Amino acid sequence: MAHFAETTASESLEIATRSFRVALVGNPNTGKSTLFNALAGMNVRTGNYPGVTIEKKIGRCMFGDTSVELVDLPGTYSLAPRSPDEMVAVDVLTGDSADQSPVDLVVCVVNATLLQRNLFLVSQIVELGKPTIIALNMSDAAEARGLSINTDQLSENLGVRVVAISASKRTGLAELKSEMSTQLEQVANRQVSSLERDRPLPAEFYAVCNELRHALVERACTTESLTRQNCSRTMVPDQYLIERMLLDRGGEAERRAIRRLGAGVLPAIVSAREKLASVCGDPTELECSARYSWAAHSLEGVVSRTQAKPRNATDWLDAILTHRVGGMICFFLIMFGIFQCIYSLSSIPMDLIESLTGVLSQFVAGIIPPGMLRSLVVDGVIAGVGGVLIFLPQIALLFFFLAVLEDCGYMSRAAFLVDRVMTLFGLSGKSFLPLMSSFACAVPGVMATRVIENRRDRFATIMVAPLMSCSARLPVYLLLIGAFVPASGLLGGLISARPLVLMAMYFVGVFVAIPVAWILKKTLLRGETAPFVLELPEYKVPSARVVFSRVWEASREFVVRAGTMIFAASILIWFAGYWPGDHSRQFEIQTRIEQLEADSSDASVSVSGDLAQLRAEHRRLSSSLLENSTLGSIGHTIEPAVRPLGWDWRIGVGAVASFPAREVIIATLGTIYSLGGEVDEQDDGLIAAMRASKWPDGRPVFTTPVALSIMVFFALCAQCVSTLLVIKRETNSWFWPALSFTYMTALAYVGSLLTYQIGSRLF
Amino acid sequence: MTTLDQLQPGQFGQIVRIDGFDGIASRLREMGFVPGQPVQFLRTAPLGDPMKCSVQGSRIAVRNGEARRVYIEPMAAPIS
Repeated sequence: MAHFAETTASESLEIATRSFRVALVGNPNTGKSTLFNALAGMNVRTGNYPGVTIEKKIGRCMFGDTSVELVDLPGTYSLAPRSPDEMVAVDVLTGDSADQSPVDLVVCVVNATLLQRNLFLVSQIVELGKPTIIALNMSDAAEARGLSINTDQLSENLGVRVVAISASKRTGLAELKSEMSTQLEQVANRQVSSLERDRPLPAEFYAVCNELRHALVERACTTESLTRQNCSRTMVPDQYLIERMLLDRGGEAERRAIRRLGAGVLPAIVSAREKLASVCGDPTELECSARYSWAAHSLEGVVSRTQAKPRNATDWLDAILTHRVGGMICFFLIMFGIFQCIYSLSSIPMDLIESLTGVLSQFVAGIIPPGMLRSLVVDGVIAGVGGVLIFLPQIALLFFFLAVLEDCGYMSRAAFLVDRVMTLFGLSGKSFLPLMSSFACAVPGVMATRVIENRRDRFATIMVAPLMSCSARLPVYLLLIGAFVPASGLLGGLISARPLVLMAMYFVGVFVAIPVAWILKKTLLRGETAPFVLELPEYKVPSARVVFSRVWEASREFVVRAGTMIFAASILIWFAGYWPGDHSRQFEIQTRIEQLEADSSDASVSVSGDLAQLRAEHRRLSSSLLENSTLGSIGHTIEPAVRPLGWDWRIGVGAVASFPAREVIIATLGTIYSLGGEVDEQDDGLIAAMRASKWPDGRPVFTTPVALSIMVFFALCAQCVSTLLVIKRETNSWFWPALSFTYMTALAYVGSLLTYQIGSRLF
Repeated sequence: MTTLDQLQPGQFGQIVRIDGFDGIASRLREMGFVPGQPVQFLRTAPLGDPMKCSVQGSRIAVRNGEARRVYIEPMAAPIS
């Protein structure tokens, strides 16, 4: 950085401490995420843009001494904002919005195999007039297809530096980084080269734009008592947005101008549009033809074919995977395979976590004498949080499969395959991805509905997304299936009953979602069927980094949730189960038991007899303390309501306590059973305690119909505050979350009632 | 002149125009459906709708309803 020496001391300090903002933009499926991960590594933060619902991914990286903030924008085909969400990318790039600091450099990721189509977006980025680099990704794939791309020629034609890379093979990245570094240095030294590029639209268009800009400045200055310079800077939208105002009738740029400058600006915009139409024809057609001919012109002398076009692997795979019969068979096999894997592959890490929790409990019990503190740590915290953490392996596996399917390109094929069926119920194939990701968690699922442009389709998808069995239900299913569904095999042991029940639980939500969506589309969300246009990208080997980062994010999120909300809930529930009541006699017995156990090396018959007697008394005392506690009273109050479902008061308490989040039921049951003395050192945990649990008349509480009834309840209920809040945010109204809570709770109760009443008559 | 949904699997057409100036017409244009470009009908989904076609090298799924808005002139396979 030799030229830094020329700057003054204060300037060099500013440069050294300044953080640069670099935006990553590109069409969907250009490998943008792979590049983002390659550049930012693990220094990634996700969040939401202020006021809107688009996910913001920000990564940090260092280029030598320069710190760079990398902003990953959602994949887009164009920068023509039709909604506030689409405006996000434009705001980040132009810095027009108050809460966005402008970007210093734009890196546009372009798919080398679809160069002409991708140049449509490039033509809009060029108009922003920002320092720009084109990252020509998948250049290896283009080469394999017999295409030779002259990047120097392309650079010259576009007036923008082009760097050929392969983000997945991590080639060309050093060159890209060094180019980014060079351009940022120029930005820092205010040496930005002339940004007069070959502008894509005709000169007449830009002349009308300038006239409109003057009209807007005039208006801003007459309405606000600001100096001319100030008001034009703060009130008048960025030049690019003025272009969009002309081109997009009723678009977001027009709405923003009206919000800022009043409805009085509309006549100026309309008359500018009329003028443009009289000179150049319809603005929409003008833009489309001008940009594509600019793209064609920019590609002159750039692409040459070195060999005959080889048969494409994607077409070959699609012949099978989107085949009328074969495609559907593959679809069901893939889905079943995923559930089978989640069930079978996770047992080893689960056992490991379970034994670690056991060791930890024993260790704590060894250092803290029987008393309130030990009860809090062992029965409250370890039983609660440990009982939830054990499901981390399954959740990681589910996210792993979802990330692989999405990254390899299969997800859009699945949307293609099921679109017709989904339209029958008023949804669309595009609803498939949000619904599929709701199987991991409804929160990202509801947020993913933003790919659906049509409001009615989007709201219908949002309303049924929480019915998809999210990862929070998985622990409930696994616990109950493991305890109460026999491990017997079908087809000579090839398929076991447990994965089948697990899959059935996943389908309960799907089958219920169908009539729910249908009714919604016939009542509250009535209207025409929305259009469907979806790109089916090339199949590719999933990027290990992208998959790993998704699994990592999801697992971290789950652990944080378990570590905070479930931790807090566990303590609250422990307290409600502990208080009121005098525990001194209980602790006395516990101390005595432990003393006897410690002496049991020379155990005589009389000692073991004493021990059994003490244990029985401890259990009786614990049960009665729990029944008379706050938790017990709540449970007994609601028992008449849950009795018809086959539940006892403990399950009822679990269901009530898990209103904030479904996973809490496991923690609650863990706490109830350990407080109730039914989980002791001899038992192997919650499952055994549940199996041993009895009604006062001696019948077991948990039977297969009861287990199924609980699972159906949790499959259909809306017990997740996070989901309801995200629905509120996405629909911008309390009506929709209130509706989803009401209808889902009613469905859960009815579904559970039917399951138990029918099930108990069949078994 | 006919519309995209009228082609047979494997057949080509040259795009003449897209009906309308709404969001979906703009989206089709942004995704490469522009006058003069060749488009190939590839196949339909298992239940007959949507359909998959190829334009400007990318594969795009559209419902028959949207395909009816794309006016084309049937043509022989373009030489690439």
